[in-house]
Amino acid sequence: MTISEELYQQLILDHNKNPRNFGVLDTPSHKAEGFNPVCGDHYQVFAEVGTDGIITEVKFDGTGCAISKASASLMTQAIIGKSVTEAKQLFEQFHAMVLRKLDPDKDENKLGKLAVFSGIWQYPARVKCAALSWHTLNGALDESQEPITTE
Amino acid sequence: MTYNLEQIRRDFPAVSQLIHGDKPLVYLDNAATTFKPTQVIEVLSEHYRMETSNIHRGVHLLSEQATVKYEAVRDKVKTFIGCDDGGEIIFTSGTTEAINLVANCFGNSFISHGDEILITEMEHHSNIVPWQMFCERTGAILKVAPIDDNGDVIIEAYEKLLTDKTRLVSIVYVSNSLGTINPVKGMIDAAHSKNIPVMLDAAQAVATVPIDVVELDCEFLAFSAHKLFGPTGVGCLFGKKEILDRLTPYQGGGDMILNVTFDKTTYNKSPAKFEAGTPHIAGVIGMGAAIDYVTSIGIDNIAMYENELLVYATESLKAIDGIRLIGTAKKKCAIVSFLIDDVHPHDIGSILDSQGVAIRAGHHCTQPVMQHFKVPATGRASFSIYNTKADVDALAAAILKVKEVFV
Repeated sequence: MTISEELYQQLILDHNKNPRNFGVLDTPSHKAEGFNPVCGDHYQVFAEVGTDGIITEVKFDGTGCAISKASASLMTQAIIGKSVTEAKQLFEQFHAMVLRKLDPDKDENKLGKLAVFSGIWQYPARVKCAALSWHTLNGALDESQEPITTE
Repeated sequence: MTYNLEQIRRDFPAVSQLIHGDKPLVYLDNAATTFKPTQVIEVLSEHYRMETSNIHRGVHLLSEQATVKYEAVRDKVKTFIGCDDGGEIIFTSGTTEAINLVANCFGNSFISHGDEILITEMEHHSNIVPWQMFCERTGAILKVAPIDDNGDVIIEAYEKLLTDKTRLVSIVYVSNSLGTINPVKGMIDAAHSKNIPVMLDAAQAVATVPIDVVELDCEFLAFSAHKLFGPTGVGCLFGKKEILDRLTPYQGGGDMILNVTFDKTTYNKSPAKFEAGTPHIAGVIGMGAAIDYVTSIGIDNIAMYENELLVYATESLKAIDGIRLIGTAKKKCAIVSFLIDDVHPHDIGSILDSQGVAIRAGHHCTQPVMQHFKVPATGRASFSIYNTKADVDALAAAILKVKEVFV
């Protein structure tokens, strides 16, 4: 497969160009900041979690490469409407997938469109790009006070 | 002397290889580290195979031979950078350790609360962070001479920042992210006119600019072997003898002492007093082989050849629609930092890699430079003695591929 068939698929290019849920939430119930100190990617993730534990709104803001931006954008779409528990399960599945520990075609998962990143393990330097926003979301849900880093 | 490109390429086994199956490697990440020629690899290999021994200790043959070879490199470095006393050459793990050594040893003795240290906006993190750590500890103040939008230091601003509080200037000779060759001679003279000593970070300069510390008259100069076709983990600090003699070492250990008792330890003289512990013996010997190699080609020849590549690469990239060059200083070495439309440099780097072209994508450990140009990162193609105009063509073709993916 060529790099544009594997890494820069149309879905990723589209979400890079037109990121969904891009921007800030002024008074979110949860937020965290994520860095990749090696490359300078920098995002904030904002989440509004209701008293019933359902994530009603998610936004992200910041700068980074096409992979990190598309991943953040697809993540927001995947978790809006989910419970915190479900979002955390999805994080675990996504994380396992990008490390090639879960095959979305064979293993049980609810990744859906997120499977677009299933081939990223072939580009080890880019795994962290795909995972950054997810780690940041996870930190936000855990109410982490420290910035999240990929290192 | 003619420049024998074919022979040079044959000297570097890593140059002629295929990656990703069938793509000829085009290695343009030389500012991160250079490849090593067979001449260096064999010296290292022979040392480990047959000559391994510790130095300055044994009375046995191998130890004596290792000591002689290790110390012979001090002489090679001396000649290479034009100094005349081996006591002025300290082997370190690289430029970073050399700067940390100066920050600690010179800093502790001569810089205190309220004093100023002057650097420039284009420094590598290794010439920023050690000073910040020193300032945090002592209350000294770090001052920064600004650069303009071409990537040149604004000399009038630099000169204004040389005050009666400035205790040290520490500046980069050649910028690793912009390629700027700074007019260091004039900058040193300006500092000296106010009796301020100067340290030069020559990590990026050493393989492309002839260095003569007597002519430059700098107080300190540091470089690493790995950007000079030598091993990683080893480098040098040059320091003027009259200053080194007055400094207290900051690392204690074996080999740096004259006498140790529980009541009192007396230190050896320079360079031994700054080389605590068993050094990177193989690395130093490999660095000697690298210096021999570079000397056999001649730094002037290298500079001339690389300048041809720089001119060709600059023209080739400028001709591509949507390219923005970062770093267009008056005098440059063969480093070209660039952006393509609004494509993030990491994506540029990945696509170029898929085409066999290795560049660096990122902030190049010069985040303040990125902040100056208001970009998160750049792509950087850096050329060395074995690169060719065909490599530049491959870079340009791979850039067109980036544009194709990101239309």
